[in-house]
Order: sequence, then C-alpha cells, then structure tokens
Amino acid sequence: MTLSNALKKEMFWVMLLARRLDERAWVLHRQGKIAFHISGIGQEAAQVGAVYAIKKGKDWLVPYYRDLAMLIAMGMTPSEFVMSLLGKAPDPTSGARQMPSHFSMRHANVVSHSAPVATQSPHASGIGLGIKMDGGDAVVLTTIGEGATSQGEWYEAVNFAAVHKLPVIFLVENNQYAISVPQEKQMAVNSAADKACGLGLPGIKVDGTRVFEVYEAILEAVEKARNGEGATVIEAKMYRLTPHSSDDDDRSYRTREEVEKHKKQDPIILAKEALIDEGLLTEEEYEELDQKAKDEVDEAVKAGNEAPYPKGEDAATPVYAEEVNHG
Amino acid sequence: MPTKVIMPKLGESVVEGTVTAWLKEEGETIEEYEPLVEINTDKVDTEIPSSASGTLLKILVPEGETVEAGTILAWIGEPGESIPDEDQAREKEHEPQEEPVEEPAPEQPEAKQDSGRDKDLGYISPVVSRLAQEEDVDLSKVKGTGMDGRITKKDVLNYLEERKEEKKEVEEEPEIPIWETPADGDLFRPTELVFAQSEKEQEAPPEHKPLAEPGETLPLTSMRKRIAEHMVHSKQTAPHVTTVMEADMSRVFAHRQVSQPKAEARGVHLTYTAYFLSAIVTGLKAVPLANASWTDEGIRVHKAINLGMAVALPSGGLIVPVIERADESSLTGLARQVNDLAERARSGQLKPDEVQGGTFTLTNHGTKGSLFATPVINQPQSGILGTGIIQKRPVVVNDAIAIRPMVYLSFTFDHRVLDGASADTFLAHVVHALENWPLA
Amino acid sequence: MAEINLVEAIRQAMDEEMERDENVFVIGEDVGVRGGVFRATVGLFDKYGEERVIDSPLAELTIVGVGIGAALYGKRPICEIQFADFIYPAFNQIVSEAAKMVYRSDGAWFVPMVIRAPYGGGIGGGLYHSQSVEAFFAHVPGLKVVIPSNPYDAKGLLKSAVRDPNPVMFFEPKKGYRLIKGEVPEDEEYTIPIGPAKVTREGRDLSVFAYGMMHHYALQAAETVAEEGIDVEVVDLRTLYPVDRETILESVRKTSKALIVHEDNLTGGYGGEIAATIAEWGFMDLDAPVRRLAGPDVPAVPFSHPMQEWFMVNPDKIADAIRDLAAF
Repeated sequence: MTLSNALKKEMFWVMLLARRLDERAWVLHRQGKIAFHISGIGQEAAQVGAVYAIKKGKDWLVPYYRDLAMLIAMGMTPSEFVMSLLGKAPDPTSGARQMPSHFSMRHANVVSHSAPVATQSPHASGIGLGIKMDGGDAVVLTTIGEGATSQGEWYEAVNFAAVHKLPVIFLVENNQYAISVPQEKQMAVNSAADKACGLGLPGIKVDGTRVFEVYEAILEAVEKARNGEGATVIEAKMYRLTPHSSDDDDRSYRTREEVEKHKKQDPIILAKEALIDEGLLTEEEYEELDQKAKDEVDEAVKAGNEAPYPKGEDAATPVYAEEVNHG
Repeated sequence: MPTKVIMPKLGESVVEGTVTAWLKEEGETIEEYEPLVEINTDKVDTEIPSSASGTLLKILVPEGETVEAGTILAWIGEPGESIPDEDQAREKEHEPQEEPVEEPAPEQPEAKQDSGRDKDLGYISPVVSRLAQEEDVDLSKVKGTGMDGRITKKDVLNYLEERKEEKKEVEEEPEIPIWETPADGDLFRPTELVFAQSEKEQEAPPEHKPLAEPGETLPLTSMRKRIAEHMVHSKQTAPHVTTVMEADMSRVFAHRQVSQPKAEARGVHLTYTAYFLSAIVTGLKAVPLANASWTDEGIRVHKAINLGMAVALPSGGLIVPVIERADESSLTGLARQVNDLAERARSGQLKPDEVQGGTFTLTNHGTKGSLFATPVINQPQSGILGTGIIQKRPVVVNDAIAIRPMVYLSFTFDHRVLDGASADTFLAHVVHALENWPLA
Repeated sequence: MAEINLVEAIRQAMDEEMERDENVFVIGEDVGVRGGVFRATVGLFDKYGEERVIDSPLAELTIVGVGIGAALYGKRPICEIQFADFIYPAFNQIVSEAAKMVYRSDGAWFVPMVIRAPYGGGIGGGLYHSQSVEAFFAHVPGLKVVIPSNPYDAKGLLKSAVRDPNPVMFFEPKKGYRLIKGEVPEDEEYTIPIGPAKVTREGRDLSVFAYGMMHHYALQAAETVAEEGIDVEVVDLRTLYPVDRETILESVRKTSKALIVHEDNLTGGYGGEIAATIAEWGFMDLDAPVRRLAGPDVPAVPFSHPMQEWFMVNPDKIADAIRDLAAF
C-alpha cells in the first residue's frame, strides 16, 4: 500500500511535533522545572512509521518508555505528556503515579508498561493469544530497545508467539546504546533481527532513520500477522542522539564526533529532505509547521503549569479493580 | 511500738487528700476501727477508722492541709510511748511488711486476709490489667492459677462471677438502712418535695448569702479543683449538644401515690429519681449507643448499665455515686439504692468504687426551680440527662387545655458518639416510659 | 452431597468456570493431554480443546507473562505453576506487572487472572518440591492471596478467584490433594467470597490461626487436646491478603490467647503479620504472649525422611504448642 501525500505530510508533522516536545522536556529539566525526562530523539522515524502501519483503535500497541513519537502518533496530545512530566493530576497515563514516558492509553489499546525492561513483551504475546482464541484479525505491535532483547522475558515472549503463530510484531528500536553499553556488548549477532531465526520466525532489518521505509517493513509484517501467518521480529536501527535520560551524561562513554556524525542522519532532516525532494514540502511550509509545533508545545506547557497537582491522599487508590469507579 | 495512721490512696487516680477534721484530740483514747479523722480527696470524702486501739499520741498533719497519699497523719500507741523520728518513719513507709491503713470493707470480710498492696502479683497480662480496671478489681484479692501462680483472665472472670453472687446476696438482705429525708436545699433531693412545692405558691428563692467579701479569694478545695478539671476536660473533649423534651408525669404521679406507702412500709423512700432512672434504663436499652464511650479505637458500647446520679454535698460541691447494673434492679430496688447512696454521699461515707464505673448520669437541676439546663457530660460517658422542676402546667390534650404535672428533660450528648436522630430516639423512649407508666 | 478430595474440588471448579465463561482458559506445564502432574486438569483438554487448555513451554515467566497479556485483552486465564517452588522466574511479572497494573494506570487496566500453585512439604519432595511461598506474595498490595484447606472451600474460593477482576494467587496444599476429603454439593452452584476467614472450631481457651495443610492439622490437634480439657478455637484464615482482621481479633477477644501455625519458615513468615495484627489491635485482650509455630529457619525442606519430619510442623507439634500456651 502506498502512502498518500497527505498521510506522508501528516507523518512528518507528528515526527516534528514529537521532536519539539521532546526538546522542550530537556529545556524544562535544565530549568529545574521537571525532575526527569527520558528521550526519544532520533527514534521518531521508526516510531511514527510503525504506528501508521497499524490500525489505530483496532490493533494493539505495547510500547516502551522511549516511544514519545509513537504515542503522539496514536493520539496522545502534547499537554497530556506535559502533565506527566510535571506530575500533575490530569496525567491520563497513570494519574501522575508513574514517572514520565511510562505510557498508557486504554481507549487506543495502548497498554500500560513499567520500567524494568522487556516485561512488556510477554504481555504482547498474551494479547496476541487472546486475539487468536477469539479468531480476530487485530495485530499487536510491541517495541523494545536492543539492550532489553538480552532479557529472557523477550526470548520467552518471542518464542511463545512463534510457537502459537500469534499476530505480534516485535519491533526492536536499536539505538545502539543501552545507557552506556554499546550493542556489541549486548549480543554477538549483528542485529537483534538475527535472533529470530533461532526461535523460528522471520527477522527483518530496516533503516530506522527513514520513516517511510519503516512503514513499508512493518506493514508487510502486519499483513502477514493479520492473515494468520504469525509473528515477526523487526529491527529498526537508528542512533540515540541524546544521553539516555536527563540524569545521564553520555560524554563519559562516547565521543562528540560520533554523535555529530549521526546527527547528519537525523530522521527529521531525512524526512524533510525526502518530502521536499518529492515536492510535497517547501522551506516556507516547513517553517510554518515548525512554528506551529512550537506553539502547540508552548500551549501544552502553559496548560501543564496551570493544572493542579494530585492530592497526597489520591495515592491511596485504586489498588484493586473493585476500587475503580466504572461510572 | 506505736502504730501510724497514713493518708490512704482512695482510688486508682487519687494521689492526695486533705484532712478536713480530726475527730480525736491528742491524748484521747481510741478503739480500733473507731472514726479518727475525716479526709477529703478528689473522689470521695470519708472517715478514716483508727488502725489500732490506744491513745492518739501525735497529730502530724493539721486540719486543712493536703498531703500525698501514704503520708503519715498521726501515731497511735501507749501513753508516753516515744514516736519514731520522721526520717526513720519515712523509710519504714516503704517496707512491704507494714500494714497500711485500709478502709474497712464490711461486705467483703474475707478480703482482709488477702489484701496488702505490696503483694507481688506476678506477671499481669494486658487483658487482666484491662479487666481489673474496667471492673474495679483489686487483683491482690484474686487467686492466681496460671503459670507460677500468675493471675489469668479466667481467674479474674471467676472472681467477678463470685463478686456478683455476693452482691446479689447483699441486695436480697432485708437489713436496709432507713432513708432519711435530706435537708432542704440539696441539689439532689427527693423530687416529691419539689413536686409538693410546685403545688404551693412558688416561694421566693432564698437570699443569696455571699460567702466572701468582694475581692476576696476563696481557697480551692481539692474537690473544687477536681470539679473544675473534670468540667473543663469534658467540655474540651466532647462536642456537647443538648436536646430537650417534656414529659407528662401524671401516670408516674399516680403510680407513686399508690406505691409510696407500700414501699415506705418496707423502709424504702420511693423518689421520682427512681422513676427517672428506670426510664433511663428503658431508653438505654432501646438505644445502646447512648450507653457508650468514645475511644480512639472506636465507640465502646457498654454492656452494663451503670447509672451515676449527681448528689450535691452539704459542704458544697457534688459527687456522683453509681448504681451498678441499674437494669437488673426493680423500681423499688433502684429507690433503695438511691436512698442509700444519697445518704452516704452526704455523710461522706461513700467507698471509692461506688463513684466509679458509671456509664450514664442523671442530674436533677430542678430542685431550685430550673426548667431546663445544659448539663456537662461526666467523662468518659456519652450522655447526661437533666431533669427540671416538675410543675403543673396547662397543656393541650385532645384539643382541650388540661393541667398536668410536666417536666422538661434536658439530654446532653457527645456528638462524636450520637447524632441528633439517635439522641432524640433515646430521649423519646425515656419520655414514653414516663408517660406510659403502668398503673400500680 | 458427595465426598471428594481436594484436587477433585479444584478440577471441578475449573471445569465449571470454563463451562460458564468461554473467556476462561488454563495454561501451564503438562496441563493438557497429561491433565497436570497432580491431575488437577484431567478431562479439561478433551472437553475444551487445546486452545483453552494450553500446554505452555517449560517456562514459568511465559505462563504468567502471557497470562497477563491475555487478561489485559479480556481473557480470564488460570495459570498453573507446577510447583510453587518454580514460581520465582515469574516473580517479576507477578509483583511488578500484575499487581501494579490497576494502580499504575489509575484504574484503566485490570489483570483478572488466577495463578494456581501447589505448595508445601511432607511429600518427600526435597528442597524444590516442598516450598511454601505465600509470604512473598502476601506482602504485595494489588495481589490477593488465597489458600484453601478443604474441598468445599477450595472449590468455592477458586470459582471466586476466577471471577475476581484482580490477580489472585491460589496456593494449594498439595499434601492434602488426596488426603483431605470433604462434602461438596453435587448439583448446587456456590462460591465462597475471597476475604473472610472462618472459625472452624469454637473454643474458649485459646485460638489457633492456620491455613492450608496446617489448618487441617490444627483441627486434629484441637481434638487431641480437647480430651485433656483444653478447649481450642480454630480459625482457618483462607485468604491471607487481604486478611480478615475482624475475625482474628474477635477470636482473640474471646480466648485471649493466640497460636499461629504455618509450615513456611518462621522469620518473615506470614505468622508475623498475624502476630503484629493481634499485638497492635488486640493487645488489651491478651492473656499470654502471641505464639508462632512454624518451620525452622533453614533454606527449605530436606529430602531424607527423618530430616523432613524434623522440619515439618505436624499435629503432635501443634498439640504441644497448644498445651504450653494453655498452661501459661
């Protein structure tokens, strides 16, 4: 399926909005206004490309904490994200219980996840099992960093999905670092996709800096899954352009030259150039979009600042399902 | 060896007492158990009987002085016998073998053998300690059957069972002290006098006689201080709310007309107080929450209905003796206990455990003509019922104006424990009981 | 009423719940064709097929992690861990994921699932087929922890657990699987609510609090000492979390003496929580120190019979502890 021009521009807009929002989070942190941020800068192409390959509201997303652009693509608003950055009561993901970037959007089938890595992977297989038991044709997209594919949980999840031919796409966002540990210390194979062959399912590699390429690769896997042909592992390789989190200093484990080199492969720049080459975007239009993104982020921060904090005692519930007001 | 007389510790929380009057002078002879000195503590006024026969050798604490419990008040011995010097005496106070002066407990003669405050009671478990406090048990009187003679919970429960049996026996004895009409002006006096008075023309209230010159400071008696503390404590502790209803006393009046002579023949003075107490019992049974105490752990609803009744003392102040398990007494039984406790309250002969353990209190503020009042709760209880003067008043009955003996009942309750609705339910039951008294 | 054993009661509960709700399914090791190593799922595979009676890979994390995902999707998984001793690979999924899901999503997501695991020693199972693991999980808000002691309760509680919208840890005293028999209604549907403890024997002198196999033993010990004139009240806790404090404290108010029995080792064991509950809210009712009778603080139950017997709490040891406490 070829993407329409309108969809391509929309995808670029989502990437740009996520980037400006992510950058603002760093600024807010350096201003001392927020306590923590974990960044997805450099991973927008893989995230947005993947989401546009699934059916929002029908298919399922089991993300991890670097998926800001993915969540924006799924419909999370910048102000919703800022609420979680600031720990404000209206945070829709967790009522400000979780740290920022621990996403959840039940109405969009985006499942809540935690911080210990790879714990989400078996959930994706379980959802896939449920879909298969019901004879449905929905699919599950789940993401993970390359470091976390070292966890037994990921192998077990992929193995189960492979054994039962479940409609699950295991997207590995290989940004080449797990905090400070580079890929070669995580695995002896060249790509996390190579791990798939030992588990009996296809493993696909894709350039994670190019949004439309990622879209095509994921779409193929999604269609296979929807047709009952089982799960796929896809590794989208890109580079983490920022330190691991606001608490990290990457100068201690990688050179500035290395980072600068990868900045030339910034997926935002690559997508912009692609659209301009195709005649779908002009510099003027880009400037307008960029300004619009900054304005939206300004609005979001303003809304976040004005929003109330939760009350201390709001922390008391809900612990059990029966404490939740379903009205 | 002379015998010492000490200031007794009359109750758990009592730490001091005031010598109000010496009944013997130095050099006078005295028999063992003969009243020797009157003392006043914040719980009771009482006479201390002599701890030995002999001559009152030396009075150490003069009248009006307040001393700690355990302080030597006097020495009794042979004429001319020398008295140990004070330092020596003080040391001796702490010797366990010394027999302390104890108030005689005539109903429990066997208690004397076991008593002795310094007896080692062994390990006292939390529940035993709690039961002892709640039921006012002197643990030295309880035989321990647990490990190493420890007093177990079962031992205390058995002891309480026995004590209950004994009390019943005492109650059933025909020997009842004859009620004496108390002096006029008492706060708590037989309501019949009040009632009779209301039929006459209202007398002008007696002239208020000032006790002191303007500007003079009256010394605080320990009772005055204790009343002040209790009142302030109560008001600070519980949110007080007072609700008032009135009751037509016609049927009570009629019942009493018939029953009083019969009761009198059995030596019982049937007062209106007894009727009020009986009506309170009915109300408390209907609304057990009114017979309760607020605690941080929760509202403790008392099983026993122990009714306190405020009695004004001739010397000023007041005291609240308690009728234990009022729900187990008949009207006559209540009247008999009212007679006895009021009498002994006024003559300062109440025992410490007779002013403890109340779960609800009745106060009659109507004696001087008060219609209704806002009584202060006797902590840790949750309710106090005030009865006003019983007065003939015109009331509307079946759309006609009738003259009926009426009384206002003022019920003050702890709003932490009771709400308006439950409090009014209780009070309505009291009114209903009074207004529908079965005819004799 | 028919007399059946504990494991049959559990099998019946699963059968009835699978019949009632097609979202209910079973996943675990050897639960399918084999019918479970303890035969708890016998017949289910034939009746409901391999899609609803799933022989999982030999991986406990998978059983629970996949179960959580299925529950998020809307299924009602019953996850069987073959022996409670094997549950630790799934600990992260249970404690970090299942237990925290409602809280961390502010009530948006639920994990309605049951994790069944046979526990306990005295069966010659050695270190890794004998463990009691309840204390680990009874520490975790978000989980419910249930341990039945008899067929009637097991069936009613398991049915409630399957219908519960939360993750329920359901630990089964495996020594009692065939040893403990009891009457269970044949044609009458019933459930037993998760939460309430049960006074299974009324008595005045002291209270024994126990669950699972130890509750069974406590009743036996109570009968033994009754002949000596000691009148024991026995309380079956049934649900460890959330615990029924009211019933515990009511019993202590009555008897003023408490003995807590479990076969898990003493230190950090579940009995400490009951003892603390009594000390905190029942102190003024106590006539003796609260006593715990538990397994010794060694890593696990040894294999060789004499050492196993040394480890295990049994009716005689309980009777002795009762006598000591009664004499206090």
